[in-house]
Amino acid sequence: MVTGALGTGLQVIAVALGSPLLVGVMRQVRARLEGRAGPGIGQPWRDLRKLLRKEPIAAHGTGWPFRAAPLLVAGTALVVAAVVPLVTTVSPLDGVADLFAVTALLALGSVALALGALDTGTAFGGMGASREMAVLALVEPTILVSVFALSIRVGSTSLGQIVTATVEDPLAVVSPASVLAAVALAIVTIAETGRIPVDNPATHLELTMIHEAMVLEYAGPDLALVEWASAMRLSIFLGLLSSLFFPVGIATAGAGVLAVLLSVLVLVGKVAILGVLLAAGEVFMAKLRLFRVPELLAGSFLLALLAVAASFFLA
Amino acid sequence: MSVRTISDITPSELPDRAAELLAGGHRLALVSAGRLERGYSLAYLFVAGRPDRRAELRLRLPAEQPSVPSLARLSFPAGRFEREIRDLYGITPLDHPLPRRLVRHHHWPRGWYPMGADAGAPPSFGDPEGPYPFVTVEGQGVYEIPVGPVHAGLIEPGHFRFSVVGETIIKLKARLWFVHKGIEKLFESREPADGLELAERVSGDTSVGHALAYCLAVEEATATPVSEPDQRARAVLLELERLYNHVTDLGALCNDVAFSVLHAQTGRIREQLLRINAEVTGHRLLRGAVRPGGTRLLRPPDPDRLRAIGADVREIVDIALGHTVVADRFTGTAVLPLDAARDLGTLGYVARASGVDGDARRDHPFIGIGDFTPALRTGGDVLARFQIRAEEIAASIALIDRLVGGAATEVPPPAGPSSSGVGLVEGWRGTIAHRVELAPDATLRRVKIVDPSFLNWPALPVALTSAIVPDFPLVNKSFNLSYAGNDL
Repeated sequence: MVTGALGTGLQVIAVALGSPLLVGVMRQVRARLEGRAGPGIGQPWRDLRKLLRKEPIAAHGTGWPFRAAPLLVAGTALVVAAVVPLVTTVSPLDGVADLFAVTALLALGSVALALGALDTGTAFGGMGASREMAVLALVEPTILVSVFALSIRVGSTSLGQIVTATVEDPLAVVSPASVLAAVALAIVTIAETGRIPVDNPATHLELTMIHEAMVLEYAGPDLALVEWASAMRLSIFLGLLSSLFFPVGIATAGAGVLAVLLSVLVLVGKVAILGVLLAAGEVFMAKLRLFRVPELLAGSFLLALLAVAASFFLA
Repeated sequence: MSVRTISDITPSELPDRAAELLAGGHRLALVSAGRLERGYSLAYLFVAGRPDRRAELRLRLPAEQPSVPSLARLSFPAGRFEREIRDLYGITPLDHPLPRRLVRHHHWPRGWYPMGADAGAPPSFGDPEGPYPFVTVEGQGVYEIPVGPVHAGLIEPGHFRFSVVGETIIKLKARLWFVHKGIEKLFESREPADGLELAERVSGDTSVGHALAYCLAVEEATATPVSEPDQRARAVLLELERLYNHVTDLGALCNDVAFSVLHAQTGRIREQLLRINAEVTGHRLLRGAVRPGGTRLLRPPDPDRLRAIGADVREIVDIALGHTVVADRFTGTAVLPLDAARDLGTLGYVARASGVDGDARRDHPFIGIGDFTPALRTGGDVLARFQIRAEEIAASIALIDRLVGGAATEVPPPAGPSSSGVGLVEGWRGTIAHRVELAPDATLRRVKIVDPSFLNWPALPVALTSAIVPDFPLVNKSFNLSYAGNDL
């Protein structure tokens, strides 16, 4: 139990401090693969430091939804970082946060940001919010259904128990249900975190943006919170993918302090590898036409449904 | 021998004469207004190619309440020129079907015409005209997205008002004209040689195109002969300018669909081209090389290096079009139909991507470059505008190769002095037209500049009808029109 609490604390710290570095690594990988020098992996942290030093400023005519959104999106990301099994499967909070709670918390952050964008009353805010909701409406069910496919084998929607079961029987991952769910989750991870081919995090073209269009009116510390939260959500999704399908090294019940510390290192390594793979893949991808994005996401939802079906019929 | 015919007519003859010329295959390339001792003069320049024909209609208007019959119903560009002249000089086009302000910024005082006889110093800003009367689209679910004039990227100011349902564009109004610099007025009463520095700066990425059009106009007005090697060097410079701009556009189009690896690679090629420019002229953007009466070249570009660059570009184009998502984004996006392209009077790659066969290098040559067939596509979509650029890069490199290799060229003999002159040049965006008028003391009385952007801007909203909002930046880049060249 003590190591559980230690592990939970460590994974929150790892996500909070490491996420901007993950974004930095991904940008640097892209830059190098494209033949550019790149700004170095510390740049997102330098950007955050710069933004935090600026004076807080809110767009004229905005109210509490605008001001609460950055806090909510960062807060929910931190809570999710505490409850999902990244470093340890025996988080003391595991009992209160199962699959549905985690998905709902992530959705709460997205919805808060969309409401904040609507609160600005600008065309871009509304446009970004409407696009984000269209994506969210397809992403959230896919996350639920695909993880649900994994939970059938275990008989529980607790993420900790799903991962524990995989640790005990790693070969269970090599089932049709798991493979289908893994592909579905990978696609929604790309969509939910606003990566190419769904969204382009590097663009300055307002009219093409999804996620960025919602946060155009934020500046200074508020923008820093939003950027930090986006990075954390990316880390959490990648961490969850690795825990669900390749839980090697994760600390389980009865692990010692050393095992927990080792587990942090393994987590950092796994997430970094996934991030590098994602960034390298992005180099070869272009952004889909907006109307093709629902087709992609509907496809991923279908895969998730098939995963559920497979887990019933082929188990 | 001048290919330009000049006729002095009365305002009432204008519509019939214009209709006759337009029916004979001419297009209206330029309308230049000017102040006289008493009243105003107007010059309508109609041009046609194969063989090169230029017909100028001149007329005089009284100082009191000047007005002229509108040609807007005969030619769409004419309507735009008339609105420009109305806003700058106060000359009213009679019976104009769309008499809204065009160039006039809403901060200009009422009744103040910057090119008029009594314009004086620029007045302080007020708000006499009020906001521009945008047409409001009504209906269930229609909303407006205003964008600009200040944008997130390093681009020039323009305001775009989208009326959309969902993501589909019902109507787009591009409201430009935020950068009026009075550049045509700055030319007035300068020595012709001193006008060059202004011409080079009309649009920063087209310094050769505008400098050359200006020099050709001045040379015609002053009957200055230019040697054949100098004209040939000018043709080379024109292609060098086309090369670096087209390469930049290819990369920017890939970047707009988030395929940024090719953007980085075209950036590398662009830098190579800019260094070649610096070696050839001493200036990376080719300034200072073309001058009235001649050309100053440090040394000709190395055709072998350009051929290597051509192969590099070919590879990048193949990678881009071989990528299914990139090809999907380009294909069928924002089609500009042939009829619209022709009726709107579009020029350059925008026109040629829609199947309008026009290119001043062939139609209005200042140097005979032999057999030259402009690249032509009929798709009219972003893909066609991408491919036209790729083909023109290859054609430019072949043309430079031929010119530097000393292929036979011929230079038309200069005409006698006529106190006015016209320069038509195929700049990288399209046909640039300059017309200069000299005062008796051989200073510049009036310089009129038409950048192809002036004629191409109206085509953008037409092409975007029923496109989707997130495709706008890509389509806008495929047109890549100049704001500075448009709003002089």
